[in-house]
Amino acid sequence: MSTENKQYTVSIYTENNIGLLNRISAIFQRRHMNIESLNTSPSEIDGVSRFTIVVNITESQMKKIQGQIEKQVEVIKVYYHTEEEIIYQESCIFKMRSNLLFDERQIQNIIKESNARIVTVNRDFFVIEKSGRKEEIDLLHRELTVFGIMQFTRSGRIAVTKDEMKISTMLKALQH
Amino acid sequence: MKETQTIQNKTKSTETTERISGSEAVIKCLLAEGVDILYGYPGGAIMPVYDELYKYQDKIHHVLTRHEQGATHSAQGYARISGKVGVCMATSGPGATNLITGIADAQIDSTPMVCITGQVGSHLLGSDAFQETDIVGISTPITKWNCQVTKASQIPEAFAKAFYIARSGRPGPVLIDITKDAQFEEFDFKYEKCKGIRSYKPIPDTDENSLKAAAELINNAKKPLVVWGQGVILGKAEEEFKAVIEKAGIPSAWTILGASAIPTSHPLNVGMVGMHGNYAPNVLTNDCDVLIAIGMRFDDRVTGNLETYAKQAKIIHFDIDPAEIDKNVKTDVAVLGDSKASLKSLLPLLNENSHNDWHQKFKDLYKIEYEKVIKDDLHPTKEGLTMAEVLKEINIQTKGDAAIVSDVGQHQMTACRYAEFNKTKSNITSGGLGTMGFALPAAIGAKMAAPDREVVMIAGDGGYQMTIQELGTIFQQKVPVKIVVLNNEFLGMVRQWQQLFFDKRYASTEMVNPDFVAIAKGYSIEAQKVTERKDLKAAVKEMIDCEGPYFLEVRVEKEGNVFPMIPTGASVSDIRLE
Repeated sequence: MSTENKQYTVSIYTENNIGLLNRISAIFQRRHMNIESLNTSPSEIDGVSRFTIVVNITESQMKKIQGQIEKQVEVIKVYYHTEEEIIYQESCIFKMRSNLLFDERQIQNIIKESNARIVTVNRDFFVIEKSGRKEEIDLLHRELTVFGIMQFTRSGRIAVTKDEMKISTMLKALQH
Repeated sequence: MKETQTIQNKTKSTETTERISGSEAVIKCLLAEGVDILYGYPGGAIMPVYDELYKYQDKIHHVLTRHEQGATHSAQGYARISGKVGVCMATSGPGATNLITGIADAQIDSTPMVCITGQVGSHLLGSDAFQETDIVGISTPITKWNCQVTKASQIPEAFAKAFYIARSGRPGPVLIDITKDAQFEEFDFKYEKCKGIRSYKPIPDTDENSLKAAAELINNAKKPLVVWGQGVILGKAEEEFKAVIEKAGIPSAWTILGASAIPTSHPLNVGMVGMHGNYAPNVLTNDCDVLIAIGMRFDDRVTGNLETYAKQAKIIHFDIDPAEIDKNVKTDVAVLGDSKASLKSLLPLLNENSHNDWHQKFKDLYKIEYEKVIKDDLHPTKEGLTMAEVLKEINIQTKGDAAIVSDVGQHQMTACRYAEFNKTKSNITSGGLGTMGFALPAAIGAKMAAPDREVVMIAGDGGYQMTIQELGTIFQQKVPVKIVVLNNEFLGMVRQWQQLFFDKRYASTEMVNPDFVAIAKGYSIEAQKVTERKDLKAAVKEMIDCEGPYFLEVRVEKEGNVFPMIPTGASVSDIRLE
């Protein structure tokens, strides 16, 4: 098994209970592992939450972490995937001064070329939203930085797998 | 009397609802789960529950410990000797944080325990109220499961889940934090036991192919070695385990928590593995061709240096917890499942065998260990008393029927090495966490859970003083435990390391101790001190013959060492005999 660090996207299906985020993140913390990104949301199954966590660790570490997370009482199933096995997106929002739209014409080109979207414009500021892969968002960020960004934030990664996840069938079986 | 009658009727019927307070519901939940004893300490935020306990005194025995840590260890001792869930209770804030060491201990040693904590009123949560602490947050990484209850109506389900989770699968501690308003609130109570949780599979499915593969490896092995752990005891698989090793004729060694699953005298029992384990099973771990691990987790104290651990052997690992497979040692065949069921299914697949030549190797190495270590431990020729000769005397006087509750350190290693066990669940000690102060309160719990058994607590002078206040509990509850303190006026294990690895710089390990006998007598506990070998036999006899609690201090050699020893980072086969 490779001892090199790799980027893994971990998908965790759980019950929707208070404190579970703490319980799961503690598993990484205890092993001195940094979480690159974390997102929680509803999943395709009613009443089941889905955590999407991105970490840079070795595969052997990843397997052990998978076991430790899956062992938690309120965790239903844990999957992990490499970059090639998933379709993923991140989202980001920029807040910028409105005068830039008129003074710096190339901003409009940047927005168009990067497939970003203007969410709102008012006298003082306008807001750009962009969803995409990490590199695309990084690029847009670099391009806009030169004009001065009032506020910037980006979301954690969300991802779906190219292959089927057997979680729904598994849950149905459990309910019988 | 009439009052009691109604209560009895009420607890029997779980079908209908009744309007009661949250705190009364707590007691009813405990009764429904078969709890007869709980250990705890009252305080502001848990007072409503204590008030209900007053009403139910005839049904549930609350033991007031002298510190909340004592309550956790007593609950652990209770659980370890009985196989039942131990229960402890504390108030919010410092009461709750004092449970932490015991919870961590129960988590790493897979002990079923339910902890109940009071919490400030829900309207005060997060306001830094008096005695408020985030005990759910604090206990999260060291509990199998925990939850906070802010409404009385959540209590029955929380308790049903808590007991189910604590005792099922790989057992562990759970914690329920109950806000004070939820304790006061009235609601319609109805209790239903938990039968399953969809996100939780206590026992993984056993793959028949893995059993077949395991059997094939075992049947073809020339030099098989079994290393078993507490999983055999927790799975109540002692008989199945014995049948397996007897049929296949496999020498079998135990981890510290596996001790007593089969009798010490069993011919296939080749002793303890690990840092201070026996010579033969450690050395031959690196000689066996198939290593069969059963209900154990390859702790670093067992394996020494993993890079050189049993590299020549095929590894078979039986465990109930999938996360243990390949965690420390890469497995060739993993058999998931409950130890009792797995071993039962394995038995018919095994060929009868005896492995006589292989057994001879264990006997030969035992002789070396006997000459270099055991002989001097048990039959010392020097003046100072050894810890081992005290154990030998206890073995003789109790005929090996006692449960030995040991603390942590040199005396613990000596107790585990030399205690003779006839019965399972007889070695109660803090294994994974190594909690000094464990023994005295754990012995209280063990004796109360098994009043018919002789319970002998063995501690060093250091650990004993960490929870010495529990003498008060023994005094008040009249718990007839036998307390043995092996006093070397040192934190002996640390001193041993200082001697061997820190150039004899005895930094803060020497102890100036009080008059232990006087302290015990202050609690009306019969007590004596032995300083000479000639008095030992009679003193141990007097202790065992005593009907009530008894305290025995034995002054042992100040700078005695525990051998064999695998130095940190060394290989199991490089175990030192001197």
